[in-house]
Order: sequence, then C-alpha cells, then structure tokens
Amino acid sequence: MKWMLKKLPAFLFLSAAALTIWFPVLFLAGGSIMGNLELSTRLAPVFQKKEGFAFWHILPCFPTGVSYLELLLDSPSFFVMFWNSVKIAVFPLLGQLVTAVPAAWWFSRHNSPFAKALYTLYLTLMLMPFQVTMVSDYLVLRQLHLLDTLQGIIFPVLFSTFPVFIIYRFFCSIPKEVIESAQIDGASPFQVFFYIGLPLGKTGIGAALVLGFLEYWNLLEQPMAFLKTKYLWPLSLWMPRITDGKIGLALAASVMILLPAALVFLCGQDDLEQGMAMAGLKE
Amino acid sequence: MSSRKKQGCIWRKWNKTKDFLFLLPSLAGVSLFVLIPFCDVLRRSFTSALGGQFAGFQNYRAVFSNQAFRLAAKNTLLFMGVSVPFLMVLSLGLALALYVLPEASRFFRTTFLLPMAVPVASIALLWQVLFHKSGLINGWFHGIGISPIDWMGSKASFWVLVATFLWKNLGYDIVLWLAGLAGVPISIQEAAQVDGAGPFKIFWHVTLPNLLPTFYTVSVLSLLGAQKVFREAYLAAGEYPHESIYLLQHLFNHWFQELSIDKLSAAAVTMAFGILAVVIGLRKIVGGSE
Repeated sequence: MKWMLKKLPAFLFLSAAALTIWFPVLFLAGGSIMGNLELSTRLAPVFQKKEGFAFWHILPCFPTGVSYLELLLDSPSFFVMFWNSVKIAVFPLLGQLVTAVPAAWWFSRHNSPFAKALYTLYLTLMLMPFQVTMVSDYLVLRQLHLLDTLQGIIFPVLFSTFPVFIIYRFFCSIPKEVIESAQIDGASPFQVFFYIGLPLGKTGIGAALVLGFLEYWNLLEQPMAFLKTKYLWPLSLWMPRITDGKIGLALAASVMILLPAALVFLCGQDDLEQGMAMAGLKE
Repeated sequence: MSSRKKQGCIWRKWNKTKDFLFLLPSLAGVSLFVLIPFCDVLRRSFTSALGGQFAGFQNYRAVFSNQAFRLAAKNTLLFMGVSVPFLMVLSLGLALALYVLPEASRFFRTTFLLPMAVPVASIALLWQVLFHKSGLINGWFHGIGISPIDWMGSKASFWVLVATFLWKNLGYDIVLWLAGLAGVPISIQEAAQVDGAGPFKIFWHVTLPNLLPTFYTVSVLSLLGAQKVFREAYLAAGEYPHESIYLLQHLFNHWFQELSIDKLSAAAVTMAFGILAVVIGLRKIVGGSE
C-alpha cells in the first residue's frame, strides 16, 4: 500500500508524458504503410481544403508497402539527398577523431593559464548559435571558394568545439597515477595517448560521436544559407517542401530519415547518457 | 654533467612541442574557420558597407532601430524566457519521478531521449497535419465541443513552438538532472528523515541546494537548445511564419539573402556579447549562493 502511494503518482506522471512522446512516432510509422487513397481521404481537409477535419487511427485499415516501394525504387532524388545527408553527418565526425579528440587530450593534460584561457574560449565558442557565426562562415567560405559545396558545410561543422567539451571530461577522469607510471616506463606522449587515453576515454568519444551524428543529421541552418544547388541539399532541407499529392511518399521518406538516427541512438544510448551525465557534473 | 642536463632540457622542450601537436589540428581549424573570420566580422561591424570606411556605431544603431530586428529579438528572448524555465521545471519533475521509480527507469529514459533522435525533417509533415486549421488537433477539439484554433496563423503558434521544444529537449535535461540527483549524498537525506523532515522539506532544504551546480549546466545547455528552435519553427511554418514566432534566425536569413553584411556583422557581435553576458550571469548566480 505504501509502495502504491509512493510510486503510483510517479508512474502515472511518467506514463502520461511518455504517451505524448510516443504518439508522433507511432503516427509516422502507421501512416507510412497506409495506401495513398486511405491517406488522402483522411487528410483531405488539410491538403485539399475539404470541409471538416482530418482524422486518424494509428493502425491503417489497409496496410501496404507501396509508398516504400515507390520511394526506394522510383525516387532517384531521394537517394541523392539521402547521401548528401550521410556525407554531412559522417565526414565531420571522421574529422573530429583527428582534431577534437587529441585537442581534448591536450586540454586535459595541461593546466597552465594559457591552456585554461584557451579552454574557456573553446567553451564560449560552443555556446554560440549559428546566428553569430553565420557571417564569419560566409566570409571564410567565400574566401576559400567553398560556397555552395558540401565541403563548405562540412569544414566549419568539423571544427565545432562541442565534442572537445564532452571528451575532455572523460580524459580528465583518468587517474594521474596511471599516466605517470606509463611515462616512467618510458612511454612517449603519443604512446600514452594511444594506449591509455583512447581506451579509457572511449565512452566520451562514443558520446561525442552519437551526439554529433544526431546533430549533423539534422543540420538545417548551414545548408539553407550556403547551398543554392538543389542536388547538394540534405534531406532536412527538402522534406518540409514536399506536401500535397505525395503524402504517402513523404511519410515513407520521414521513416527512412528517422531510421539511421534511431539506429545510432539505440546502439549508442549508454555512451550517450554517460556523456551527457558527465557534462552535467560539477566542473 | 651539465651537457647531459642541457640535453635533458632540450629533450623535454621537444616533448612539450610534440605535445602541442595534439592541439594543433583543432586550434588551426578553429582559428581559420571561426576566430580569424570573427575578427573580420568585428571590424566590419564598425565599417560602412559602401566605401568601407570607419562608421562608428552606425551599423549598431541601424540594427537596433530596425523594426524587424526588434520583433525578432523580442520573440527570441520571450521564447527563451518562457520555454527554458518551463523545460527545466518539467524535466526536474520527471527526473524526480524516475528517481522514485528506478525499476522502470531504462524504458522511460529511452522514451524521453527518443525525440532527440527524431530528425526535424521526419516530423515536418506530421506537424502540418496536426496543427493545420482543419488538422487532427482541431478535429479532436471539435469532437469534444471546443471551437477550432488557427494554430499556425495566430499567437497560438508560439505555444506550438514551446510544446515542440519541450517534446524535443525533455530527455536531455532529465538525464542531466538524474546525474545531479545521483550526486546528492543519501546520508544527508536519511539524516534529515530521521530528524523528522517530510519529503517536501527534504527536497527543498537538502536536495535542491545540492542540485545547484547541475542547475547551471542544465540552464546553459537548455539555452543552447533553445537557440536551435528555429529548425522547428521552420519545419512547422516555413520561411515566413506568423509574426509571433518570427525569430532572429529568420531575420538573419533575410538579411543574408540581401547580403547586408554590415547589419549582420553588428547583430552577430551584439548576440555574441549578449550570450556571453547571460552565461557569466548564470555562473555568478550559482557561484554567489554557494
């Protein structure tokens, strides 16, 4: 009884919130296996200005995979943009492995006023939204002739300082004695980094990669400002523009965009949570 | 002896230089893509677009007297002022509920983090269907006798945006709070309980003060998230939304299309210092009451 009194309200509160969270995802999944006819009758008031209101059941009356077939077999533009999204999400992460990871290591190993000031600068940069860096990005991309290219999107994102912040925390938590004993045994700085830093900091690196992927898979502001050529666009820019007529196709595309992100999220959830939690601890 | 000592010194110096190689790739990139161009932006914010001579604060004056800028700045600040505290309180509540109910923690944590993984593009269509004038929500409202609301074409769009922001960011804050809660020493809580303090008293006098450092991180990271809400605004309402969700990013995009580099520079510098002031302020609040 006491258990009930204490836990039931918590359970109800959580469940109510969880239902609201789940609803859009289920809606999407259900809609993607509906036929176009079923979709257009249900959503006619929204897309064809019919009288009345749209209605919905999570489960379709006549489930079909036809939207997926059309999307995967008959929409070449979808694939082009899908790969653009993949490039924008993956290349910065690869780059960060050789920039942000060693930088985080350096910050965790140095305590001089110079290192501290520089770290504060990195933290500050991390907090700046795209609005602040938009003009400077534009100026440098114009200088380097990278406007309207995928590299022009990838490079500024690659040098984001956010992963440095996440990984730094993990490197800092490595006990000093471990590193010192390796140094006494004659390990060079690079050996210490490779054989001690990387294995012990891999959760942090994993967290930074997962957070990075989810962020860059969603990138909208930069492509919107700097990509004029449509076949360079990522999916995030294209999706909001397909509406009438091809609702089934759009829903199937929505699910296809969701899948890689969901997969990365589910595989990396433990690293992700630890990385986020570590960021929340006192500096 | 002395030559060996000297050699050791050189060797150590070389080691230090080698050590710097760890930082070099990152620092070079950050300098090239962020620091140096930002200095250029700083310079441009004080020069006139035509002719390029020193113009004092003229660009800043132009920005601040701009009607669109005032509207966008007001909306952005209002959005942060409303949605961030809302998010922090709600997520703390949910984190406490999870703290009481550790059995189901994993399932609920996954649930709340899930929207982080749902790309904006995936829910773009869904939001249009939900919040359209004759969309699903108005359909349900109609069913229970509430007159329909023009969600995206009225002030209600602001609240749609707040709700979307909450939906997206709850999980992140919950995980941060949970990490903070795990750090609150149980012994003090038990001691308070033995002394006869009720659960609310314990929460108010023991748990909450211990969460102060977490409060700082949660607020800073929530503000960071709130600045990305343009994505949700864009997905739900396109490039020209209702004026109550016309945000700074919308305005920046329009200025960018006109290539008003002078105004953009002044506004970017203003924002950078504004954010810096907020972060330092938050840090002072946390540090001051410790």
